[in-house]
Amino acid sequence: MTQPVSPPRYDSGKAPAAARPPAWRTLAARADVRTLSLLGVLAVLTVIGGVTKPDEFLDTRNLQLVLTQASVIGVVTVGMTFVITSGGIDLSVGAIVALASVWATTVATQEYGFAGILFTALAVGVGCGLVNGLLVAYGGMVPFIATLAMLASARGLALQITDGRTQIVTVDSVLGLGERDAYVLGIPPLVLVFAVVTVIGWLVLNRTTFGRRTVAVGGNAEAARLAGIDVRRQRLYLYLLSGLCCGIAAFLLIILAGSGQNTNGNLYELDAIAAAIIGGTLLSGGRGTITGSVLGVLIFTTITDIFALNNLQSDVQQIAKGAIIVAAVLVQRRTASTT
Amino acid sequence: MAPEPPLLSMTGITKAFPGVRALDGVDLDVQEGEVHCLLGQNGAGKSTLIKVLAGAHQPDTGTIHWRGGPVTLRSPMAAMRLGIATIYQELDLVEHLSVAENIHLGHEPTRAGFVVRRRTARTSTAALLRRLGHSEIEPGRLVGQLSAAQQQIVSMARALSHDVRLIVMDEPSAALDPDEVDNLFRVVTGLTAEGVAVVYISHRLDEIRRIGDRVTVLKDGRAVARGLPAKTTPTREVVTLMTGRDVEYVFPPRPAEPPTGEAALEVRGLARNGEFDPLDLVVRPGEIVGIAGLVGSGRSEILETVYGARKPDAGHVLVGGRPVRPGSVRAAVRAGIGLAPEERKAQALLMLESVTRNVSVSTLSRFARAGWIDRRAELGAARAATRELSLRPDNPAVPVRTLSGGNQQKAVLARWLLRGCRVLLLDEPTRGVDVGARAELYAVVRRLADEGLAVLLVSSEVPEVLGLADRVLVLREGHVVHEAPARELDEHRVLDLVMEGSPAS
Repeated sequence: MTQPVSPPRYDSGKAPAAARPPAWRTLAARADVRTLSLLGVLAVLTVIGGVTKPDEFLDTRNLQLVLTQASVIGVVTVGMTFVITSGGIDLSVGAIVALASVWATTVATQEYGFAGILFTALAVGVGCGLVNGLLVAYGGMVPFIATLAMLASARGLALQITDGRTQIVTVDSVLGLGERDAYVLGIPPLVLVFAVVTVIGWLVLNRTTFGRRTVAVGGNAEAARLAGIDVRRQRLYLYLLSGLCCGIAAFLLIILAGSGQNTNGNLYELDAIAAAIIGGTLLSGGRGTITGSVLGVLIFTTITDIFALNNLQSDVQQIAKGAIIVAAVLVQRRTASTT
Repeated sequence: MAPEPPLLSMTGITKAFPGVRALDGVDLDVQEGEVHCLLGQNGAGKSTLIKVLAGAHQPDTGTIHWRGGPVTLRSPMAAMRLGIATIYQELDLVEHLSVAENIHLGHEPTRAGFVVRRRTARTSTAALLRRLGHSEIEPGRLVGQLSAAQQQIVSMARALSHDVRLIVMDEPSAALDPDEVDNLFRVVTGLTAEGVAVVYISHRLDEIRRIGDRVTVLKDGRAVARGLPAKTTPTREVVTLMTGRDVEYVFPPRPAEPPTGEAALEVRGLARNGEFDPLDLVVRPGEIVGIAGLVGSGRSEILETVYGARKPDAGHVLVGGRPVRPGSVRAAVRAGIGLAPEERKAQALLMLESVTRNVSVSTLSRFARAGWIDRRAELGAARAATRELSLRPDNPAVPVRTLSGGNQQKAVLARWLLRGCRVLLLDEPTRGVDVGARAELYAVVRRLADEGLAVLLVSSEVPEVLGLADRVLVLREGHVVHEAPARELDEHRVLDLVMEGSPAS
């Protein structure tokens, strides 16, 4: 007893080997009620689209269009999901997309071709995210205010760069990615990028220390700090990540629109937050789901498409979106209180 | 006793919360114009009793008579209307409103029902403050700009604005400097001279002697003595009444030989201005050192400063002889210090997460390669650590919020066990833990010490410190007044020390 004894350390002990149920069964068990209900909503929307406009809605080109449109906001939403899961908010995503898209399409940047445009879009996104992150993590600013300030300044700068003009892209290799013959097995490259970002986002959030720390900071920042997590650095990285996603989205938008405009990404912040929330990410932090967010994005994009095909005005669309957000949150509160 | 009925008479008040009987048939009489002191250890039922009196809690059984007639205090408003005002420790003032606005909050003098008569409010505020002898407080000042003592005066003025006959004050002197306490006493004396009764809660016997008329002592939810003369009852008698509990805890045996190894944790001259004086202490591997002290004596602050969660104004902390960067939790954790904080849910646990994730959160990188978590290794390690502590249920996949208080505490301990820390800081380790589960937790802590951990324990429950620790430091108002092996101390002596600051004769 008088000898100092080094305390026990536990390395990977052996978990008892359990018989593995078939893969489909684990998958079904894992898909929670929320994911299933989102899939249900998507299925209902598909039926509505198929019934109201049977020829146009289920057309391959239309589905390609829906997914392409979902890609830009989808990539932004993946970044936003991380920020919200950590208990923060990023109101500047739309403005960052705008700034990145115009900076990457100036005449000077376009001289450097494909690489120049891609690099500039990503660098501007990361740069804005860095400013956001420093202000929030080390400047002690409330995320709402810091990113609101970024929203205003980035939009202003975007307007200053373009002087309100549309900057047409002349680099063929960039434009080519939006062309039909660039599709891989019928899938547009933009959608592939969205899919890759989604998969990486899911893996990072669910399988890495980074994701675990994000959830811990959002769930209880004080507990995370006292557990030895560098909460401030984690927050910095999260806004960097959101900025990077905005940069990727800006590049996709450049391909999609063939131009850069200071009005790009208008209200993306609201769409991304709404998609994350109806997907099941807690606005107060501590729980986030990439799957839910992506389904949220697909639901919103599908609604937009159905309304457009049926020649309904966008004001009706907005009302429907608002109703869906309210309904989704109410349903979640119910399921949350029963489990 | 006065021939007329007392102003307030509570009889047979009981109040149970899930798992605890907070009040078990308490009687309390208060006469007009007296200062009636309420004494008792933490958990004796003082706060519950005053919350019943304030209308914030409804008693399960018992009757309350007010000026001779039975009453029910259904809500804080009902108590207020009768003339009972409560001034809690955390003052409930709105910082961004002015003194006058705070005092008239909820009953503003109005014209036509909604236009606030600001001048009337100011005049009556000035009158109230004059009555309290504090006319220097400007009615138009924002409350947030006032000192703690002045805010307390504003709280009292607010109570008086309701034509109050009884004021309950919960440890009003805790946040005050000595000269401000004198001032407070002048105000209290002035009020009682007008016939207002005061129920005064304090841990400090000297204050009770100066200002009190009678004392009621609470212990384990019962009034063990009622209406004792405050000025003449000997300290020893009061302390005896407060101690001697019914529930005896079972503590694990101490090692036969006191540990003699090199210090695992060494604190040299650590101090924070206004919280605790320069502190020196040594904890060896295998040793449990306890700090006994009242709420506000600086004990949690000491632990949090050792842990780097607060930046010290002076001094440093060494682990295994090597200095730890001050004011950095990460440095402390890397050096091998772990903390089980006082507010488990707010400061330690991720309530939405499983036990596994709560246990592994400080050790994540050990299970990860290039940031990629090996979840099987994580689960296995969490399982091993929680089994070691006999955490129930024996399934680390369950959400931590479904666990009992004692098992949640074990989850926090498992986190540090997994990390392999050398120094464990325990702040109120049995808060919110059932009496039955405590013995097991004590045994776990002792076993961890026997395996070579250095444990620094802080608790407001004196028997816990005496029973579990090998060596005890007694803290009073940020200053260590005594240090001795636990077996040389008893509860009496420690209580004397923390309350009076000098050993009882």
